[in-house]
Amino acid sequence: MFKQAQWNEKVIFELGGNGRRGYAFPSTSEEISKLVGNPVDKLPKTVKRTQSPWLPELSEVEVVRHFTRLSQMNYGVDLGFYPLGSCTMKYNPKINDLLAGLTDVSELHPDQDEDIIQGILEILYKLSRWLSEITGTHEVCIQPSAGAHGEFLGALIMRACHKFNGDADERTELIVPDSAHGTNPASGTMAGFKIVVAPSNQKGTVDLRAFKAAVSSNTAGLMLTNPNTLGLFEEDIAEIADVVHKAGGLLYYDGANLNPIMGKTRPGDMGFDIVHINIHKTFGTPHGGGGPGAGPIGVSMELAKFLPVPQVTYDQRRRRYYLDYNKPESVGKIRSFYGNIAVLLIAYAYILGMGGEGLAEAAEISVLNANYLLKKLSRIRGFELPYAKGRPRKHECVFSVKPMYKETGVRAMDVAKRLLDHGFHSPTTYFPSIVDEALMIEPTESTDKEELDRFIEALKNISDEAYSNPDLVKNAPHNAAVTRLDEAKGSHPKTMALSWRMHQNRNVIKAATSKV
Amino acid sequence: MQEIGIKTTDELYSDIPQKLRLTRKLNLPEALSEQEIRNHVELLLRKNKCTRNIPTFLGAGCWIHYIPAVVDNIVQRSEFLTSYTPYQPEVSQGMLQALFEYQSMICELTGMDVANSSMYDWSSALGEATRMAVRINNRNEVVIPRIIHPDRAATLHTYIEPLKMHIRKVDYTRDTGLINLENLKELVSEKTAAVYLENPSYLGFVESQVKDIADIAHDKGALFITGVDPTSLGILKAPGDYDADIVVGEGQPLGNHANFGGPLLGLFACKGEMELIRQMPGRVIGMTTTLKGNKTGFCMALQTREQHIRRERATSNICTNEALCAVASAVYLALLGPEGLRELGENIMTRVEYAMRRLSMIQGIKAPLFKSLHFKEFTVNFDRTGKKAHRVHKTLLKQYGIHGGKNISKEFPELGQTTLYCITEVHSKGDIDKLARRLKAALRNKR
Repeated sequence: MFKQAQWNEKVIFELGGNGRRGYAFPSTSEEISKLVGNPVDKLPKTVKRTQSPWLPELSEVEVVRHFTRLSQMNYGVDLGFYPLGSCTMKYNPKINDLLAGLTDVSELHPDQDEDIIQGILEILYKLSRWLSEITGTHEVCIQPSAGAHGEFLGALIMRACHKFNGDADERTELIVPDSAHGTNPASGTMAGFKIVVAPSNQKGTVDLRAFKAAVSSNTAGLMLTNPNTLGLFEEDIAEIADVVHKAGGLLYYDGANLNPIMGKTRPGDMGFDIVHINIHKTFGTPHGGGGPGAGPIGVSMELAKFLPVPQVTYDQRRRRYYLDYNKPESVGKIRSFYGNIAVLLIAYAYILGMGGEGLAEAAEISVLNANYLLKKLSRIRGFELPYAKGRPRKHECVFSVKPMYKETGVRAMDVAKRLLDHGFHSPTTYFPSIVDEALMIEPTESTDKEELDRFIEALKNISDEAYSNPDLVKNAPHNAAVTRLDEAKGSHPKTMALSWRMHQNRNVIKAATSKV
Repeated sequence: MQEIGIKTTDELYSDIPQKLRLTRKLNLPEALSEQEIRNHVELLLRKNKCTRNIPTFLGAGCWIHYIPAVVDNIVQRSEFLTSYTPYQPEVSQGMLQALFEYQSMICELTGMDVANSSMYDWSSALGEATRMAVRINNRNEVVIPRIIHPDRAATLHTYIEPLKMHIRKVDYTRDTGLINLENLKELVSEKTAAVYLENPSYLGFVESQVKDIADIAHDKGALFITGVDPTSLGILKAPGDYDADIVVGEGQPLGNHANFGGPLLGLFACKGEMELIRQMPGRVIGMTTTLKGNKTGFCMALQTREQHIRRERATSNICTNEALCAVASAVYLALLGPEGLRELGENIMTRVEYAMRRLSMIQGIKAPLFKSLHFKEFTVNFDRTGKKAHRVHKTLLKQYGIHGGKNISKEFPELGQTTLYCITEVHSKGDIDKLARRLKAALRNKR
């Protein structure tokens, strides 16, 4: 049985000892010091640091052990099944990481002369063309650092387009379905739009009638993910696109769920004008515990002029790749330099290893896996399948454990925590919000049938436990590095400690008040 | 397939309308084997000349530093590398604790009480900080220095343009580069949401009037935001000690490779007042205990600010961030310790001082343009050599195999033919001497 390491590792500030060092710099040569002295002494009092920052003092081996121990208390794809819905936790091929570590990319400076960066520019240009092909868009900008960053850029491009057409003042509303990822409405607001929520219907897809009623001359556009967060393909997408376009709005595709449709259908062909791609989901780059990722966006021909500068471009005549800054209608910059290059390079290698057919096959297997789980998990006591029974899912399926909650008091969160004890990561919980007690499960193509069966078996066990010994489930996890955490305490103004410094200060205050 | 009663996987796509189906194969290259991928990518990358193979003096927002082997070793551990955002804290204590330690170290460096676990980069962190200031005081202007990286100014503009905000640029004193305080006083008013200062500045000199600038901002009720290169904070005062309210900056130089400009690491920290903390963007990790109360643990804190809970009313849309880069920085800072960080700063500043003197000895060159102390970067002016900065760069690169600094002649026309050079601890005395010799030769070169 799974048992996670429990190191009881102290916070790094409590480790080490005075004067220890983990790394020594080559000393400034005496010759230099003799010539120029120490310019730090000349710093004016107003800006000279008099008190060293309170950093830990550790030897090299202490640093290595500390962080290696921490790593052992962290669950990753390389350890096992990670069915976190909407996050597409597929396997990350090791060769791709290795290539991203080569000094010919890792030690490349973004301001280097174009003559000596032709290799990386070629990679970035070709990747952008491939992403165009996969998404069915005209041109791809590789700059956004993450999906939400791409969404923000996409929403800005909507605004720029309406401004260009002279009706930006009128088009202030962005329509977002109630089942959308939280980043959609947040990104829309950041770009200055008012969010209008479109409800889902009984079938779990966009309610066409309510949607049509929400569209007006104030509509700037619609943000949609397809397949949606229930794993259902929005069959009416062509009509939805038509309605939005006829009203003068634009369609934005949230690419979080692109994995199951690669090579099968393309957002551009469905009528989407702007598409973001979660490179760290669909194209097998590691998530790094939350990032870095990359969120390139593809746009239609009409919108290409609004993309940020610079755009990696190829000059046929001179047979040369270059950075094109000549975009007078561009929305400007959304970050420094050109994008998360190391991540994009991994995606380039990933696509090379898969080929077009390989991507389509990956999509098919991911869908097959999701539907296998759909079928098997429907039979588990206490599980309920909301919406569209009998319809195939795409990349993920969403179950509700509402019956289990009613009958035993065991909630979706408890099931999730108990799964950890079985050595699986949990599904996404309580999302989408249109499903009560939701478990959102995305197996990806990287899971074999035996692993899926073990997962199904684990959930069956948990269901049995819920009905026979609910406390066992409610107090899970038992085999993780720590038992269930008090997250409310961690966020309460009186008890929170958001840094070591804050924690220390609170202890001082506590000690003082207890003395009084 | 048998189990779910289908004959082909195509049946699982039957609900996609026929006319939307892609009936052809994707037009992509044929799949390669692992060995072929490696050969192919290595061959392409060999067309690049990286900073290891050609002495390079570029900085300007992305810096070349030596990265101890331990750093790469730790962040390549697949338990960290292949994990997602720590949504299940009980099996993610490692990442959560590492990020908490990162946040805590950034607080120590900057003199702030709270730091988030990363933004995309310095530029977007500045955009978010300014939006945060507006949420707090509901004003619509921000004052920034005229000497600023163009990407940073442009990104700030993109981030706050939807709020219909105005950017006002404060002028610098011509001979020192320092902020013109008279001009600053004219620009800061009751409309000012925030005053933004960078220290060291984009052109490398150290701003000494930090407290005056803070006072001018606070007198009018504006927030004071500072931007930092954290490698300077072993020798320069923590912004918290001169009353900064929010600190942003670029964490890349703390243990992260240049990677052709990305991923970077946006630093974001602020004072511990609840009014500020509630408006912070991004993920924050907090220390807590188990429900049983018998053990310390870590979890994501204040999630009600974030998009997955608060949706359109979230403080930011950020979700995926630069967590692994933050871990790299925590490892780097743990290796250096306080004394190492001070040494790093001293090492850099001393080399820069030497390089400036050495280059000044070349006829016609003025380095630096400003009479101020410089940290990691400095301006080199070619006006009196009669050559264009661009020509000098090309000759130096092509004839002498050295990549000089960044040409800023177009960014600051008033500074003439000027290049921004960067020196870090990776440059030895020999490198600097070689640069001086070859630059001198390049200037003599007729081509």
